[in-house]
Amino acid sequence: MPCYASAVPANPSDQPPVERHSAVVRITHWLTVIAFLALLVTGLEIVISHPRFYWGEVGNVNTPPAFTIPIASSRGTVPTGYGYVMPDQNGWSRYLHFEAAWLLVLVGFVYLVWGLWRRHFTRNILPARGQRSPGVLFAVLAHYLGRKAGQPSPPDSYNPVQRLAYLVVIFVLFPLIIWTGLAMSPAFTAAFPSTVILLGGRQTARTLHFFITGLLVAFLVVHVVMIALAGFWSRMRGMITGRSPEQEQP
Amino acid sequence: MSTLSRRKLIAGGIAAAAGLSGLAVADRMARRYGLIPPDSGVLFGAGETLTYAAQRLVGAHAPARQFPRSMISAKPFANEVAPLGNEFQSMQAANFSDWKLTVDGLVARPTTFSLSDLRSMPTESQISEVACEEGWSYIAEWIGTPLHGILREVGILPQARYAAYFSFQPDWWESVDMSDALHPQTILTLGMNNGNLPVGFGGPLRLRVPRQLGYKSVKYLRRITVTDSMKHFGKGLGSASPEAGYAWYGGI
Repeated sequence: MPCYASAVPANPSDQPPVERHSAVVRITHWLTVIAFLALLVTGLEIVISHPRFYWGEVGNVNTPPAFTIPIASSRGTVPTGYGYVMPDQNGWSRYLHFEAAWLLVLVGFVYLVWGLWRRHFTRNILPARGQRSPGVLFAVLAHYLGRKAGQPSPPDSYNPVQRLAYLVVIFVLFPLIIWTGLAMSPAFTAAFPSTVILLGGRQTARTLHFFITGLLVAFLVVHVVMIALAGFWSRMRGMITGRSPEQEQP
Repeated sequence: MSTLSRRKLIAGGIAAAAGLSGLAVADRMARRYGLIPPDSGVLFGAGETLTYAAQRLVGAHAPARQFPRSMISAKPFANEVAPLGNEFQSMQAANFSDWKLTVDGLVARPTTFSLSDLRSMPTESQISEVACEEGWSYIAEWIGTPLHGILREVGILPQARYAAYFSFQPDWWESVDMSDALHPQTILTLGMNNGNLPVGFGGPLRLRVPRQLGYKSVKYLRRITVTDSMKHFGKGLGSASPEAGYAWYGGI
């Protein structure tokens, strides 16, 4: 038997199951999960050192806030009215926040280059030609809200609501969270002042960074709930091994 | 082992070797061009190193943002500092006429300056923003003499890589690389807005480093030591900040 024979399937049933998620998607997905959770926890730690938000360039305890988060602060100089100072974890939180931000940016870069090269975005993320009408979106949403049986999308493809959500997260929310983060860096804004001027100031950048975090957390919650509804372990297996049971045992 | 997997193994091996030697080359280049911060070895030093290297590559000489006079904060805020003690208070009572700034280390002529010496030097002012790592900020006009003028006056030696600087408060000391030390906006600040620099904001003398967070702008400046390595200062991490868990590089 020639050595290449093993690469040719003997019969159709030996065909490897179609991958649900490619290796690049799986690896970048989980690295993003790690980076995002680290950024979220450390970001909250940083926020509690000054749980007040402002619009414009400047803001401090001598200026009226746009809004405050009703929690105690980890710094005694912030008048929260709680008479309690939370444990201060800013040091390592800041170190880890920026390290995780680097992980997110580098992983995002690999994903972006790979996705463009392998046409991942046009094939799997951009709503397909027949999916670009509101009617199709409403049909999927109605399906979700009605909790009807069966899957609104085939197991190897995303439905239009998923595609739209991923499109917004990948191409709107992540770029915005990186941009608003960089707009708070004194050295980066020295080199590229327009990053903060276009947003309307350093404190606006900080406030937007907080709001965009809220939108990303909202996505995370809905994402995990949908996975639980669709079958948590099968979807987890799909994102870990690349295949899900319905494909392995049709 | 099939041909395919052997080929994959060889390709993978070559890629790994290329990656490792690439990393080694990057490390040597980074050290040579001063892209490794003194606290690169701490727990999250990898991120810190990437940040510092990236900032040095994209904008080592970029000027900090300046603002129109109309944007000066009416009510600036300064975090409280620990009590400064009797010695400071008696100097304050004498209008800081005895305040001295010593510049030493890798310089040709170690010199001690009085505040009036510094006032006779070329004056520079900037309207720049102080951003605290906590998240708040304000804008003020800062008036003083650029650090690079003082360093040229005392004659920094060619092997100088950092300027370490020390507060009257014993546990507050920092350092910056020569890119920030020689930056035209890094100024020995004696005045703020329309008067002398208030004690709450670091008076009589504060080093303003406007391209980094507020904690790098050390208040009550008493000494500047030029050095080629931060290894022998404190725990060797570059400043008091990493010893307290904060990044040495405050440019983010």
